Amino acid sequence: MRAWWAQTRAEVRMNVRRGETLLLTIGIPVLLLVFFSLAHVTTSPTPHRINFIAPGILALCVLSTSLVALSISTGFERSFGVLRRLHVTPLGQRRLIGAKIAGVLVTEALQVVILSLVALALKWHPRGGVSGALEVLALLILGSAGCAGIGLLLAGRLRAEVNLAASNGLYLILLLLSGIVVPVTSLPAFVQRIVVGLPSGALADGLHRVLGQGLGPSKADWLSLAIWAVLAPLLAARTFRFD
Amino acid sequence: MSNAIEIKNLRVTFGDLHAVDDVSLHVAYGEVASLLGPNGAGKTSVVETLLGFRPPTSGTVRLHGLDPMRDHAEVVARTGALLQRGGVWFPMTPAQVLELTATYYQAPRSASELLSLLDLDRCARTPWRRLSGGEQQRTLLALALLGRPRVLVLDEPTTAVDPEGRQVIREIVRSERDRGCALLITTHELDEAERLADYLVIMNRGHVVAQGTLDELAGSPEMIIELSGAINPTELAEVLDCVVVLDGPLRVRCAVGSTPERITAVTTYLTSVQVTMVSLRTRASLEERYLELIADERSGLRQ
Repeated sequence: MRAWWAQTRAEVRMNVRRGETLLLTIGIPVLLLVFFSLAHVTTSPTPHRINFIAPGILALCVLSTSLVALSISTGFERSFGVLRRLHVTPLGQRRLIGAKIAGVLVTEALQVVILSLVALALKWHPRGGVSGALEVLALLILGSAGCAGIGLLLAGRLRAEVNLAASNGLYLILLLLSGIVVPVTSLPAFVQRIVVGLPSGALADGLHRVLGQGLGPSKADWLSLAIWAVLAPLLAARTFRFD
Repeated sequence: MSNAIEIKNLRVTFGDLHAVDDVSLHVAYGEVASLLGPNGAGKTSVVETLLGFRPPTSGTVRLHGLDPMRDHAEVVARTGALLQRGGVWFPMTPAQVLELTATYYQAPRSASELLSLLDLDRCARTPWRRLSGGEQQRTLLALALLGRPRVLVLDEPTTAVDPEGRQVIREIVRSERDRGCALLITTHELDEAERLADYLVIMNRGHVVAQGTLDELAGSPEMIIELSGAINPTELAEVLDCVVVLDGPLRVRCAVGSTPERITAVTTYLTSVQVTMVSLRTRASLEERYLELIADERSGLRQ
């Protein structure tokens, strides 16, 4: 427990000190939040654009931190031999992955606070009340576990440079296809059918339903997120390579 | 008690490449063994298999009597390793990474004690990316020592280290051996191996070319004489009544052990031909034996 806790603190410290991570986890989401809520470049299912954009950007936070930032940093740790060295210490794979996921959750908590404050300044009116807040928390945790699993799956198998390109490519695809800034109803019909099957799609849909409409997440949202949250980390743990 | 390190008939293949081919060796607690060989000899593959990075293709490896794949957690808790291409998070300083890594162990050594021991006090607060190669290597050695290991596996520990740093590393190797730790050191720096190792294993192209103590590897006693000028080896052979061969233009090797009488005879002969003895050694250096063994092995492969 002591090793896991120390490693988690180290992961958080490194996350908040790394310039490129801060750009990806805070800079880009804030920029997208402000831009898409003020500029009328996409359709909005709600009269006040910010009420649609803000929940989507919270889903984007999970995507950028759990999947992209985690994947890229872990990929480079492998490339620079950090993981090789850790393999011959008693830290162990489970504690390392556990610390990385915990580090991601702490970073996301900071993101949620900062982005919520920016969104509230842009006149965001979240709905859902206390029960909604709990649902949002559960959605974020499940979404983070699934995305972190995918990120570690990529980082544990691909060369750092290939992983960098793959993670960024995946980020862009999921950003556009998950109903984060572009409403799902604006996407082609066949894409609409698969959106909920994506962890980011199910997360964005769940957050839109709770925070935008005051409804609970759909069963499909929960099911999709739960499957990703279990399977992706398991697969990552089974295939993860230290060198 | 089982050996600290036990490798039996180890084979490691990567596709068609036989990286390690039928290697056996053992290291007892309180012993330093050195794995020598040119680049690509298979030393690092042996080390990585020993540390559980991959299973052997065939054969067995044991550390503390345990399987490094199956019993990995137990093995690494009692083993320190300095790996080639082993790194540290770039923004972290030696002090920070030592303090963090200390939390992984039940009863670690103090980070500040190790910083002093490895002469890292001056750069203890310098980020990893700004450390010199030698400082990085000494930090990695400090990390390997943190858990009070009973076995230390050091893969090329003196690479990029300056003479002062080498001296520090040598002292640590000796003190770890003296407290009963088993050490396996891979290197292609023969003078380091000669100074540190109790037992040497020379590898080439994946297999063991020779192994033994320094005395065993040095072969039969002989006199190796450096000269100020050329001589006729046949004449010297008659004086010493042994085989004498030229080993370079100004060096002869006499296949006989050194005695005061023989040294006097050589000196008298050299005076008569007006040549001076520059140096006399009574056995081949490790470097000479190593080069001979590798050359023999290569010529054997060609035949």
